[in-house]
Amino acid sequence: MGRSSVPGMLIAFIILIAALLLAFTLGRYPISVGDLLHVFTAKLTGRESEAPTTAVNVILQIRGPRVFAAVLVGAALAVAGTAFQGLFRNPLVSPDLLGASSGAALGAVIGIYFSLGVLAIQAFAFVGGLLAVAAVYLIGSTISTRDPILVLVLCGVVIGSLLGAGVGLVKYIADPYNQLPAMTFWLLGSLAAINKADLLPLFSLVAFGTLILIALRWRMNVMSLPDEEARALGVPTGLLRVAIVAAATLVTSASVATAGIIGWVGLLVPHIARTLVGPDFARLIPAAALLGGGFLLLIDTLARTVAAIEIPLGILTAVVGTPFFIWLLTGVSKTWSGA
Amino acid sequence: MILSGHDLTIGYIDRVVGRRLNVTITAGEVLALLGPNGSGKTTLLKTLLGLLATQSGEVRLANRRLSDYSSRERARLLAYVPQSHVATFAFTVETIVLMGRVAIGNVFKRPTAIYRDIAARALVRFGIAHLRERPYTMISGGERQLVLLARAIAQEPRFIVLDEPTTSLDFGNQGKVMREIRQLGAAGHGVLFTTHDPNHAMRTADRAYLLRDGACIGEGATEPILSRTQLEALYGVPVELICDRDTSRIAFLPG
Repeated sequence: MGRSSVPGMLIAFIILIAALLLAFTLGRYPISVGDLLHVFTAKLTGRESEAPTTAVNVILQIRGPRVFAAVLVGAALAVAGTAFQGLFRNPLVSPDLLGASSGAALGAVIGIYFSLGVLAIQAFAFVGGLLAVAAVYLIGSTISTRDPILVLVLCGVVIGSLLGAGVGLVKYIADPYNQLPAMTFWLLGSLAAINKADLLPLFSLVAFGTLILIALRWRMNVMSLPDEEARALGVPTGLLRVAIVAAATLVTSASVATAGIIGWVGLLVPHIARTLVGPDFARLIPAAALLGGGFLLLIDTLARTVAAIEIPLGILTAVVGTPFFIWLLTGVSKTWSGA
Repeated sequence: MILSGHDLTIGYIDRVVGRRLNVTITAGEVLALLGPNGSGKTTLLKTLLGLLATQSGEVRLANRRLSDYSSRERARLLAYVPQSHVATFAFTVETIVLMGRVAIGNVFKRPTAIYRDIAARALVRFGIAHLRERPYTMISGGERQLVLLARAIAQEPRFIVLDEPTTSLDFGNQGKVMREIRQLGAAGHGVLFTTHDPNHAMRTADRAYLLRDGACIGEGATEPILSRTQLEALYGVPVELICDRDTSRIAFLPG
């Protein structure tokens, strides 16, 4: 392991800690770092907290679940994006490449159209994401070709636009006064409606998928080579590709089902992580998880503090992401191909 | 130990590239595969590597059908050195060489100190130990070819198959890579490589295999098989034979 990667990982960790501090202390009810520490030590030791009751409630009941969810969703999208960029040997790929987001979007708007409850809408979105990617994968693998990766990507694009048309249709026939705003808001991404009950399913799905990807991180280096070369090195690429796509889709769908569509995280964070710790997936995947959590937490903190109304996350990530990405393009092209 | 193809029909789903091909490579021997562009060299290479299924006939490795091997078992006996390419991600040279160990251990296995040691020795062997921490994307084409050779060696295989190992290299690096290939053979590896230059085959290989339009038109020890008439038949152009007066070594010039 390169010694030079230690500071990079440390920086990623510090960013996450800083984001956690900001997220807990900032907001309509500001909380001091002292109170924050009191509440946590009290919670850990089981003693009565010295902090004001309102602070305790804000930290544990209101901000806590939202902070936890933001870290989970950010880490999930970043890890899935990192895995996909390696798998598809393209640094401009994001985790919704194979239609996970469009599938989830269609599931969610259908759920909203039939006026289902929040849990049902989330379940529809989650299943929609999984089904979309499964369909892309099945169609892609029936087409025999020398370049399975390219076929998969093209199938993803085609199915994705078909699902997009489906979303458009449901929005078109939806009730424009109640359902349409709900759909629009959902599609823009938000963590405002998060509650404690969402956390367990989100956590279990994200943790499961992320752990698979972390466990496979040594193999991902080889998976980023041309398929025949990877096979000659003794890697069963077909099986590993299914495993990586399944794990990445699981975490992406779980994230999108909870928080709506949040673009850019899965594209941008892997790049930042690569500049910090280099392209070796063994370090890149954990670094991307830390950074993704920190990044989305900062964005979400901005979303609820910067204006009188909540700003949708998808809008903020695009506003922050675009200039940042252009800046990255000017500086770090050397960490891809050196061409 | 022997790697062999018996009565092979090779090609892709929609296209037959070669028929009735018989190839044998014995450990400790260097075989050069020669032929014009589009003659099926790469297809034959990939078939012998087990990366491409045979359409008929069978490839055997150590008295067992190659298609019966798992990809991991196969990689422990058979290594592939692709044409030096530019990777998508700027892995360090060490990371690339460590990939040669990926077939050892289970799917979650991480590189150990022993692996790093094997990788380091492979780099020393090819004289590129100083490149260990350099990004693979930032070194020269010749250095990349040596790194890929080091990765193949780190795999500790019995057979090494190289696809045009000298094609994109400058004159000096061509000589260096050919010398390494000879030494691999001398060290007991079975080596198969494709080349566009019969002189490289003459200088490096024990035997040559001539492929034209998917058929074998000649096979045997380099000295008799690489004759002017054979090469003219192989490439369809006039070939000039030149001979060094002092050493009486020969070389060919096309056209």
